Amino acid sequence: MTSLKLWLTADAPASLWQAQAGQVYAISRSFARNPLAMLGAIIVGVLVLVAIFAPWLAPYSPTGQNLTMRLMPPSGENWLGTDELGRDILSRIIHGSRITLLIVVMVAVISAPLGLMIGAIAGYFGGWTDRILMAVTDVFLSLPKLIMALAFVAALGAGLQNAIIAIAVTAWPAYARIARAETLTFRNSEFIAAVQLQGASHMRVIGLHVLPLCISSTIIRVTLDMAGIILTAAGLGFLGLGAQPPLPEWGAMISRGRSFILDQWWVATMPGLAIIIISLGFCFLGDGLRDVLDPRQRDGR
Amino acid sequence: MTAPTPDSDLRRAPLFIGGARTVLRFGFVTAMTFLGLLAITFFIGRVVPIDPVVAVVGDRASQAVYDATFIEMGLDRPLVQQFAIYVRDVITGDFGMSLSTGRPVMDDLIRFFPATFEMATFGILIGVLLGVPMGVVAAANAGSWLDQIIRVLGLLGYAVPAFWMGLVALAVFYAGLGWTAGPGRIDIFYDGLVPTVTGLLTVDAIIAGDWVVLKSALSHLVLPSAILGFFSLAYIARMTRSFMLDQLQQEFVTTARVKGASEWAVIWKHAFYPIRVHLITVIGLSYAVLLEGSVMVEIVFSWPGIGNYLTTALLSADMNAVLGATILIGSVFIIINRTSDILYHIFDPRSR
Repeated sequence: MTSLKLWLTADAPASLWQAQAGQVYAISRSFARNPLAMLGAIIVGVLVLVAIFAPWLAPYSPTGQNLTMRLMPPSGENWLGTDELGRDILSRIIHGSRITLLIVVMVAVISAPLGLMIGAIAGYFGGWTDRILMAVTDVFLSLPKLIMALAFVAALGAGLQNAIIAIAVTAWPAYARIARAETLTFRNSEFIAAVQLQGASHMRVIGLHVLPLCISSTIIRVTLDMAGIILTAAGLGFLGLGAQPPLPEWGAMISRGRSFILDQWWVATMPGLAIIIISLGFCFLGDGLRDVLDPRQRDGR
Repeated sequence: MTAPTPDSDLRRAPLFIGGARTVLRFGFVTAMTFLGLLAITFFIGRVVPIDPVVAVVGDRASQAVYDATFIEMGLDRPLVQQFAIYVRDVITGDFGMSLSTGRPVMDDLIRFFPATFEMATFGILIGVLLGVPMGVVAAANAGSWLDQIIRVLGLLGYAVPAFWMGLVALAVFYAGLGWTAGPGRIDIFYDGLVPTVTGLLTVDAIIAGDWVVLKSALSHLVLPSAILGFFSLAYIARMTRSFMLDQLQQEFVTTARVKGASEWAVIWKHAFYPIRVHLITVIGLSYAVLLEGSVMVEIVFSWPGIGNYLTTALLSADMNAVLGATILIGSVFIIINRTSDILYHIFDPRSR
């Protein structure tokens, strides 16, 4: 046993820095013991790497047409076959991972801070602020998400950017609920009162002292929601409302493969498998994060 | 789902007063949610498009038509007044005309809804009949390989796109194996043979006593509703498993075991009994979600329901039809959620 391990697992850390390092160590230890969570982390990690290095990894151009090679079955040359314009499906899936990653990151970046702010403000101020904000949140929560996203895209017009906005608009209420619940648990605790007595403004208390404590449960929830976001985005793409051709969006690829499903099954099947693997990866990762970071809510969703 | 207020437990009001209060609160919350739904669709229809008149008449309309529509839509009035008129119209069932079918949207919705309802109801039946026993079995054998399989099945329900599963199922079970019928509600030569009474083809066929039509309708229904059933099964089994795990750790379960009750009785009588109430909420929620999920499945199976109507309208920019279908699905969603809340209050004595 090395002295580093002793330093990390010390019962009485000598500095804040040692305590934080020890906490990270303990969390990653228990995370590494969960095989499904590790698998999820690997899948998501691979997705990120593939998206970054797509132009170097893809054997062919994602948009390069080759009409002499139309609808070829999977082979040594085209591992996942080719589509109706002779484009290599593997290359299109690899480039499509960029769109998928863009969508989930943008939806998370828009909806999580929005939900966090609304929930923290509602929980911190209480009273009528709380009642009004939560009434709005509950209305959004009690409506069907996919249908609302469809209606928003119908009004905004089809396209990748509008699909992201529409999904983000329907995703924030869950985070507001979580942030409010977390805020209420320490709203009246002494450290908040201490900061207030030092003359900190409400915004400072919320921004520097309330929000950081809500972040871990929000990260868990966002990770668990990722699968749903990917499926909704693919659904919009399938309907022709998301990313427009020739962008290799996975849902749109399935939609094009629909006409060939009976004879050239690989055109529609392969992008679907990519969606399933990535969504499962986020589910595993989210479950693992919840078990490690928040043992209270194990098994429920 | 509203949490019961803490003081209502302490006051211990007589049951009937508590009941009236609960009914009032439910009514108020439901009305507010419905108003919120209308506010969102109003916002989508009037505020989000750059020019709502063009969204209705199209950009090739003459100036006279444009002006007439502008006045007809009441766009010269203040926004609040416009919203009040909008709410009045919706409550009286006036959703405007559909551009693509040329009929009032309300008539279209009434025509298309039964198909969706039929598919979703068969789906939830499959989900409940398989999902609840699977969840119980998984919890009773927690940690075993059976439990792992059921858990992975449950996670797949969150990871598989419904439209993709529909395509693959059609390729395998219809084109490949020939076990089921293909897209659509019924074989073309049986179409219109039984008089429409309820709009549910299976029920209409039974009323007419036409077993050939019933068989054809069922053979078309089985694949899409099995797919919907899979998604509700995934959620129901997962929730049942976690409720059961909670119950099996309780002391009264240990007591039952100590007193020598058989394992079957411990699981199904003692542990399962208290979770029925929670399952009502879970089933209600998954029925509502399933109704929404049917949109994607309907497209793949060319099922003539609300989902197909909605997406056809979407692609032809028929906003009245889009918003009408959105309001209908949203309202059914709200009603199902509220009903399961009310049932929860009726069956759980602690929440009264």
